[in-house]
Amino acid sequence: MGKKILVSGNEAVGYGAIYAGCTHYFGYPITPQNEVIEFFAREFPKIGRSFLQADSEVSSINMVGGAAAAGVRAMTTTSSTAFSLMQEGLSAIAAMEVPCVVVDVQRGGPGAGSTQHAQMDYLLATRGSHGDYFNMVLAPFSVQETFETIQLAFHLADKYRHPVLVLTDGIMGQMEESVDLKTVEFEPLPEKDWAVTGSRERGLKRNFLHNSPGILGFMTGDTYRSNLERSYAKYKRMKDTEVRYQAKDLDDAEIILIAYGSTARVTARAQYEARAEGLKVGMIRPITLWPFPTDIIKKYAEKVKGFIVVEDTMGQMVEDVKCVVAEKTEVHLVGFLDRHLPTSTGMILPDVVLNRIKAVA
Amino acid sequence: MIEVVINSEWCKGCGLCVHFCPKDCLSMGSEINAKGYSYPVFGNEEECNGCTACGKLCPDLAINIYRYKDI
Amino acid sequence: MMAEADSRKVLCEPPKSRLPVESPLCPGCQHGVIGRILGEVIDELGIQGDTICIAGVGCHAMILFTTNVDFLQALHGRAPGIGTGVKRGLNGKKIVFTVQGDGDLASIGMGDIIHAAIRGEKLTVIFCNNSAYGTTGGQMAPTTLVGQSTTTSPGGRQYESAGFPVHIAELLATFPGVAYSARCAVTSLAEYAKTKKALKTAFQKQIDGVGLSIVEILSACPPSLKLNSVKAVEWIKEHMMAEFPLGEFKNVDETLPAYILKGS
Ligand SMILES: Cc1ncc(C[n+]2csc(CCOP(=O)(O)OP(=O)(O)O)c2C)c(N)n1
Ligand code: SF4
Ligand code: SF4
Ligand code: SF4
Ligand SMILES: [Mg+2]
Repeated sequence: MGKKILVSGNEAVGYGAIYAGCTHYFGYPITPQNEVIEFFAREFPKIGRSFLQADSEVSSINMVGGAAAAGVRAMTTTSSTAFSLMQEGLSAIAAMEVPCVVVDVQRGGPGAGSTQHAQMDYLLATRGSHGDYFNMVLAPFSVQETFETIQLAFHLADKYRHPVLVLTDGIMGQMEESVDLKTVEFEPLPEKDWAVTGSRERGLKRNFLHNSPGILGFMTGDTYRSNLERSYAKYKRMKDTEVRYQAKDLDDAEIILIAYGSTARVTARAQYEARAEGLKVGMIRPITLWPFPTDIIKKYAEKVKGFIVVEDTMGQMVEDVKCVVAEKTEVHLVGFLDRHLPTSTGMILPDVVLNRIKAVA
Repeated sequence: MIEVVINSEWCKGCGLCVHFCPKDCLSMGSEINAKGYSYPVFGNEEECNGCTACGKLCPDLAINIYRYKDI
Repeated sequence: MMAEADSRKVLCEPPKSRLPVESPLCPGCQHGVIGRILGEVIDELGIQGDTICIAGVGCHAMILFTTNVDFLQALHGRAPGIGTGVKRGLNGKKIVFTVQGDGDLASIGMGDIIHAAIRGEKLTVIFCNNSAYGTTGGQMAPTTLVGQSTTTSPGGRQYESAGFPVHIAELLATFPGVAYSARCAVTSLAEYAKTKKALKTAFQKQIDGVGLSIVEILSACPPSLKLNSVKAVEWIKEHMMAEFPLGEFKNVDETLPAYILKGS
């Protein structure tokens, strides 16, 4: 067991990065992730790692792309409205096949929205921006898991040479829990022989990274088609091997709750109370939002009376669930309108989930 | 003796070498290359001083220049 | 045979770091000349194996087809950010330069280059100013001359609505973090030599860790100007140089702040 400390989810991102061997951080202030950038500014120089406050999120994502292209573990963190600014850069990073980690501590949208929690970036994160590509998206639900997920994110990024997103939110970022600081062990990774480090050691054979598969692809021996085929083969491998979720009490369940991140905490409470009252309720907590845990949902689609998706939006992940369920059973949403207050501080509380369970049961 | 060698396949017929030659050693020829551009020919050889203006200012690096010791 | 080789002196051949491939640019495009100078400078400084080029988006970026160094293609305007990441990712130990056009650097990427200058980022910037967007078909750029006709300033750029050409070399020279700033041209052999010297100095500033270095190079784009190659070069001499004077605007061996707040 490692050292135990009491930290916020935002600081756990920083500790996770240190334990993952991330050496370069670039970021720009935005609520509710400011504790993250401040953590890196404070802690990274102490241990000889590199912190830079960028001039915008457009710059920070490109700086991350550059550092990662040079072969180091690099990351940035941000929140919703600024996450939008990173989209062109993320698409380019995916096209360059450069591994890096981006954390989105979600706040409300659209626009500048609110500075409080929300889960409204689900579709943007899981679908990515322009062009045919997907981000891998991980969603922890505790401070401990946030710490470990950052390490996993770097591992998966390197394994697939791909950007990996970690989605938390204002609640996850600001709340404090104890964290057991320990390095997560993973399988060995391939050498980054593609990195742009200067060609001297390669006998002047140059490395060439670009984001124009349809224009410059031929320079690396790829056609546009072979390039996209290759990346889609990669996405298939991710879907086949990297789906992660937590499931509870599914076997006899008549209703299954589905939630991720902070709303999964609320939902877990409701599930527990429902069982205490004798209701046959199970729960699935997707940990990878992309690839989405479709198989486990599909498996129960014909058995249960209904799914209840709990997410702090007007309805985004619920569309993915509906897509899998394909009208074999009912899919309900407990969402933004079920918050206990109409303001930006409103929250979805366990009671409202429990009441919905009873209404559906 | 100066030798000006035109790589006719890289030439795009822009005429800049002819323009920049201070000694009128280059002129556009009547032949065309595979891309359909006419390319320059080196003449008036005695006048060439090897200044390299034609070669250095050719946007397509289609001119190489050599000096030979008189034998 | 030996005797023949000994008696031959190369006066002009493509630089060693130049890949033996045809240029993909238009006839008369002076970006090609800039690429040649870059190759000569890389060869003479002996830095081919230690250098990473970040290409912008535009015809200027086609330098990536022909220059044999490690390469990274940035998004439009983002080369300074990518370059910053690479430079810092390699802990400042390698040489990183960007090649950017006037649309790339002075329009969409203006904030990026200004902030690289503010940070005194140890990068070298090759700024290919052809007073238009070449790639997309000759539209107006921030460097387009007042009165210059382009596809998006059909009657000539009107300063009343489209403002004035931006002077990047002078502008960047004002930042404390900038070690070197010059504007050059490739309109004659003499200017070629000056450009080469400026570029060498610019790289040396980076090698010496002084600060950001930039060389703005006026470049003819005949199709945008709707002139033949020779007339396009003459146009640069007559009009572009009237707006954009050549010269060195900054050359320092040390970058220092004007004031440091102590004890906070
Ligand atoms: C974000 C974005 N906007 C627009 C474009 C389209 N675009 C490609 S090149 C270019 C202009 C390039 O002009 P310049 O930088 O001056 O380069 P030149 O071709 O003149 O060398 C534009 C607008 C793009 N690729 N990306
Ligand atoms: S300058 Fe070069 S490309 Fe132009 S005509 Fe002369 S040889 Fe051909
Ligand atoms: S080397 Fe000089 S003199 Fe000789 S052909 Fe070329 S430009 Fe003319
Ligand atoms: S359009 Fe202009 S800048 Fe682009 S290759 Fe042609 S001449 Fe060069
Ligand atoms: Mg241009």
